[in-house]
Amino acid sequence: MTAGSAPANRKAGPAAMHFSFQVIFHNLPFLIDAAKWTIAISAVGMMIGMVLGVLVCAARISGPAWLRWAAGLYISFFRGVPLLVQLLLFYYMLPYVGLNLPAMVAAFTSMGMCSTAYVAEILRGSLQAIPRGQAEAAEALGIAPVALWRRILIPQALRIGLPSLVNELILLVKVSSLASVVGIGEITRVAENITGETFRPLEIYLAAAVIYLVINAILAQAGRAGERRLGIG
Amino acid sequence: MELDLFVRYGPALLHGFGVTVLCWIAGSIGGLVLGFAIACLYHWSGKWMRWALQVYIDAVRGSPFMIQLFILYYGGPYFGLTLDPVPAGILGFIVYGSPYFAEIFRSGFQSFPKGQLEAARSVGINEWAITRRIVLPQMLVSITAPLTNFIIILTKETAILSVVTVPELLSETQTMAAETFTYVEPFLALSLFYWFMVEFTSWLGKRVEARVTRHLKRA
Repeated sequence: MTAGSAPANRKAGPAAMHFSFQVIFHNLPFLIDAAKWTIAISAVGMMIGMVLGVLVCAARISGPAWLRWAAGLYISFFRGVPLLVQLLLFYYMLPYVGLNLPAMVAAFTSMGMCSTAYVAEILRGSLQAIPRGQAEAAEALGIAPVALWRRILIPQALRIGLPSLVNELILLVKVSSLASVVGIGEITRVAENITGETFRPLEIYLAAAVIYLVINAILAQAGRAGERRLGIG
Repeated sequence: MELDLFVRYGPALLHGFGVTVLCWIAGSIGGLVLGFAIACLYHWSGKWMRWALQVYIDAVRGSPFMIQLFILYYGGPYFGLTLDPVPAGILGFIVYGSPYFAEIFRSGFQSFPKGQLEAARSVGINEWAITRRIVLPQMLVSITAPLTNFIIILTKETAILSVVTVPELLSETQTMAAETFTYVEPFLALSLFYWFMVEFTSWLGKRVEARVTRHLKRA
């Protein structure tokens, strides 16, 4: 889990050894298969983040004073502690509260709770970018609060916040590599395992990096398409 | 919570904290310098060079820091780069941070209208005075906030160095937890410690920002 999981043949690597594409081709199916866990972890993390993020954001801007303070504390903690430390904290703490699926639950929880803090801040920023007069005008015209949020505030906030939200998702794909530390078989973990068998860290880790790049490039493209659709960018 | 545990492992934890701070500071300074070099190169070079730099920037920003560390530390010996954990960690930090810093500097170069430079030259202000009085103050205003922000993010990223056996704060804590079979308390304490550290650096960053933008408030 700590240093021990790394292949121990660092010194043995002869510098003259040629780069082998064959090793990559042989093991690529395993890496691509592992990508589904990477995607699952980041997707679940983002979904939790979106749902809880809206709640924390609402608490942060329109709750009573103590709730606003608590939301601020939450955001500050989850943005201030390294995700790896949060992950290990959850991993070791979950058994104490009676959950016996520590690795997976810890990964989903820590990714979700961390992205909640970031999403809440993104939404707060986007809501503040909407001129205050709009809400006042809507109120003066007798538009109900629900309609105000559904028709006026949320559509605009999403438009303003979309680039940052896509950014956050890309960030989540990258930090999902940390889940390898608690033993989840996503891309990084599988790459470590293959390296342990083949003693080809350079080829395998480069291949893993390329898979991450491809996933993130697709997400970035989708984000741009979404921006075009919403009439921005 | 057993306090004597922290007393017993105090020296090791303190040493780990030292390594964390060393990697953070050396990595930030190296990343700043490399990022500035990349931004300058980008600013003054032709199409192909820009394309190559963009590939570097996208590749580093699009892949996880952990994978980059693995390539550097475990893959390094295969292209003749055998490093000890701490130098490997610092080098990893420099490589990882440089494209983010480069992008911040690049936005800084574009943060003021070009007409100001033309106007300054046409009224005969010398280049040094232009740089010191016109370019730098405006550039500093626009880049200080993102720079401090990213340096604060780097504080947290130091924890990832533990995966390539850098003996920093997290790996020392893991050793302590494994040797004493106490897991929750050490990691809880560690979280609080990182939290404090990040809040402190962000407070420092705000001070720096206030100092750099003070001429805007005085007016």
